[in-house]
Amino acid sequence: MARMKFICDAERCIECNGCVTACKAEHDVPWGVNRRRVVTLNDGVAGEKSISVACMHCSDAPCMAVCPVDCFYRTDEGVVLHDKDVCIGCGYCSYACPFGAPQFPTNGAFGLRGKMDKCTFCAGGPEVNGSDAENAKYGRNRLSEGKLPACAEMCSTKALLGGDGDVVADIFRTRVLNRGKGSEVWGWGTAYGKPSQAAAVTPVGEVKK
Amino acid sequence: MSALLKLGGLALALLLVACSEKSQALGGPARKTDTAAWGPSDGAKPGFAAAGWKGGDKATWEAQIRTRNQAQNDYAR
Repeated sequence: MARMKFICDAERCIECNGCVTACKAEHDVPWGVNRRRVVTLNDGVAGEKSISVACMHCSDAPCMAVCPVDCFYRTDEGVVLHDKDVCIGCGYCSYACPFGAPQFPTNGAFGLRGKMDKCTFCAGGPEVNGSDAENAKYGRNRLSEGKLPACAEMCSTKALLGGDGDVVADIFRTRVLNRGKGSEVWGWGTAYGKPSQAAAVTPVGEVKK
Repeated sequence: MSALLKLGGLALALLLVACSEKSQALGGPARKTDTAAWGPSDGAKPGFAAAGWKGGDKATWEAQIRTRNQAQNDYAR
């Protein structure tokens, strides 16, 4: 099956924050927690670019590697999820994540951190799919309803693409070929890896020394 | 004298047991296992499911995801 991925097309993003609002509303995300946010590069300068950032569900997720209680897991669709009943809110994943995806709700008057919260690719958590328990902890499970993430489906300019990695990459490639510019995909290499340079330049049949 | 020795031995044994290192190994992941996104679910609300798809049918779920993926492609409209 598909490996679910996100692409944000910086040539199309108009910084409307529709994706942020869609996510907040769909999952009833509390104050102070932003599973998705829009980042503007060179804000106020001519040619500024905006990108929508959330958990990218990395192929080799650093959060999974550093979690001391092993609360993360990857689904068959390549979505990185976590079990909030196991999370101890230590924050290691937050330091490891290159996208700043893990969020921590503030509990109480002394800034005590709660359990980690992040984008689930609208796939919920380990509770029963679509159950009230899952909805309360992780938000809605749209994937189990046969739907894609709310942020991508609600994007008015279709800057944010979410779904099967091959399909979204193909859609983006078609756009770039048609407009002849804007082929940079911020975060793609960090999240999903780049083809190794050695492999790319080594001719077929030649043995590497 | 021998009672005192026995008591001392018992105290030493207790001290050694109490101060020994506890195993910190994880006994397998404590997290719960998740079910497939397309699988049937008792908690699912049929009213929210995308039209044309039934819980437990992987092929139609994949078809639904493909259709929604292509809905993001404005060059295919």
